[in-house]
Amino acid sequence: MNREAFGFESIQLGHGSGGLMTRDLLDKIVFKTFSNPFLDQKHDGSIVSFNNRIAISTDSFVVSPIFFKGGNIGELAVHGTVNDVAMCGAIPKYLSLAFIVEEGLKIDEFVSIVDSIKKAADDSGVQIITGDTKVVERGKGDKIFINTTGFGEVNPNANISSENIKVGDKILLNGFIAQHGMAIMSEREGLEFESSIESDTTNLNYLVNDLINEFGNKIHLFRDPTRGGVASVLSEISQDINKGVTIYEDYIPLEKQVAAACEILGLDPLYVANEGVFMVIVDDSIHKEVLNFMQKDLKGQNAAYIGEITQDHPGKVVMQSTIGGKRIVSPLIGEQLPRIC
Amino acid sequence: MKHLTEYRNLEATKSYLNLIEKTVTKPWKIMEICGGQTHGLVRNGILDLLPEKVQMIHGPGCPVCVTPLNLIDKAIELLEQGVIVCSFGDMIRVPGSKKSLLEAKSDGGDLRILYSPIEAVKIARNNPDKEVVFFAVGFETTAPANALSVLHAQKEGLKNYSILVSHVLVPPAMEAILDDEFCNINAFLGAGHVCAIMGYKAYYPLAKKYKIPIVITGFEPLDLVQGIYMAVKQLEAGIHEVENQYARVVKEEGNLAAIRVINQVFEIGAREWRGLGEIPDSGYVLTQQFQAFDAELKFGISHIKVPENPNCIAGEILRGIKKPHQCNQFGKLCTPSNPLGAPMVSSEGACAAYYHFSSNI
Repeated sequence: MNREAFGFESIQLGHGSGGLMTRDLLDKIVFKTFSNPFLDQKHDGSIVSFNNRIAISTDSFVVSPIFFKGGNIGELAVHGTVNDVAMCGAIPKYLSLAFIVEEGLKIDEFVSIVDSIKKAADDSGVQIITGDTKVVERGKGDKIFINTTGFGEVNPNANISSENIKVGDKILLNGFIAQHGMAIMSEREGLEFESSIESDTTNLNYLVNDLINEFGNKIHLFRDPTRGGVASVLSEISQDINKGVTIYEDYIPLEKQVAAACEILGLDPLYVANEGVFMVIVDDSIHKEVLNFMQKDLKGQNAAYIGEITQDHPGKVVMQSTIGGKRIVSPLIGEQLPRIC
Repeated sequence: MKHLTEYRNLEATKSYLNLIEKTVTKPWKIMEICGGQTHGLVRNGILDLLPEKVQMIHGPGCPVCVTPLNLIDKAIELLEQGVIVCSFGDMIRVPGSKKSLLEAKSDGGDLRILYSPIEAVKIARNNPDKEVVFFAVGFETTAPANALSVLHAQKEGLKNYSILVSHVLVPPAMEAILDDEFCNINAFLGAGHVCAIMGYKAYYPLAKKYKIPIVITGFEPLDLVQGIYMAVKQLEAGIHEVENQYARVVKEEGNLAAIRVINQVFEIGAREWRGLGEIPDSGYVLTQQFQAFDAELKFGISHIKVPENPNCIAGEILRGIKKPHQCNQFGKLCTPSNPLGAPMVSSEGACAAYYHFSSNI
């Protein structure tokens, strides 16, 4: 989309007024891109039916920069919510989509974000069925914020709850950790740090659903360790269930370049954000089959067993280090701060 | 990553742990100077793998932890005056007398987290109508880059760049610890990265005067256990020498180019240490020639003085007299999300290291 086709080079306050300019923005870009029977009604909301229990999840996306290696805020907004719905053992079907745009955002950037959303939604099998666009004055936002809410139908074979977790259960990860966080770090202003690390943002709903269909209620929990990383999610789980978690440093899947970047910046990869990673806690009896199953899938080819649920040290996560020592893995407090030297 | 995995090798580490076990006959207290070493010991679970007779005491080498409270208040004052303050990351959550830099940021202060002071010079160049200050904390390790930033700013003729200096030196701190009446340290692991800059000639007189072994040591698990072994071997043999475990990085004379840059911009002067008080000749101050780059003078904030929090025993922790869990506030009133003092904030701080990595496994 260029200036000629749209009439403006960038988003103006008027595009959020609810008047003709808003209509123009929606018709020329939003409705045109996402056209489907629900949205085409151009009503205030949409009416949908489900045959089963539904899972609902909402998330707001404020990432900066909005374009980064491996993706942009648009596909992140789809994948993030689709994955959260999937973690409930549900098949994501519909998304709401709300933009808060800072005036001055270039139209071609907006179009490119909308196009990414469309592609990510199609790839994930979800439809955008309702939405909203607001524009705020320059300086009152950070280019664009996106909120999505996802609705999914719970897989009848799923019984996902931390209450099902028992001592001896095994913890698996589908792939390399810390990629998203380090991709964003390497593009932040002031770091002078270049790398080819790409965000791992992707949808996980198909693999998750396949796992439920294959292994049913022997799968006890799915979680996606986004902000706060693997460490924070494991800490939360161990506290929720009041059981211990033991993980093994050597088993954590960590790509070399990411490991090196974490070393240079003084960050612990266990606390770095992920967008295409999920953790699954399964019954001890099936963990090898689950691992094999995951490794045959493109999104699980680097899957690994990383640890287990223990009777010892309830409420705490303990990591066995490469050299055989032990340490507590505590939850992240505030933001992870780089060390001085 | 090859050079890292080699130094995290299970078998090699175990073999040194065995050697320590075989060599040690008496109880020894060894102080690792540097916070990075404390972090490495705790993070890798080495403390639990050492024989009971070898006790590690955590030293004052966490730059964040020894920066006095009033320096943080000074940096906050600058933020409130509208100055762009640039800082290393782990400084920003340390509580000042009223708030931390991070809280001052959420109150509207323009605080930037950087990895290099050279970036701060760039910010000064790009914001000619604003004043930019780099919070120059740290030991000898960060001094060359901070000095270089001043030289760059001078060369470019930037009038809006200055640094808030809180540079401290390792050898005077070691001497202050050894002179303390409660000192119970038998040997030191010298700070590898500080020595990479400064070399280790300054330690010869210390080892001789106090009859104490000093082993310059690195930060990976294998470095640490080898350094500890070298110290134990000396202690058991009754000798006290300066040895260099970290020879792949540290040369006796140090990094001459870096030392030259430091000497161009800084000179040695008295410095206040958190927990240790003022120590003469224990830090760097800007030389007469570079005083235009001294933020304290430029903004008239030298008068800011505040007392330390009476509930925090950071001083005893930093001198190795008490361990973090021997503090009444540890894990109760004082936690990483609500720290009373700096050692609970910095990931190199002994209290934070204990809190995060080692309580009651």
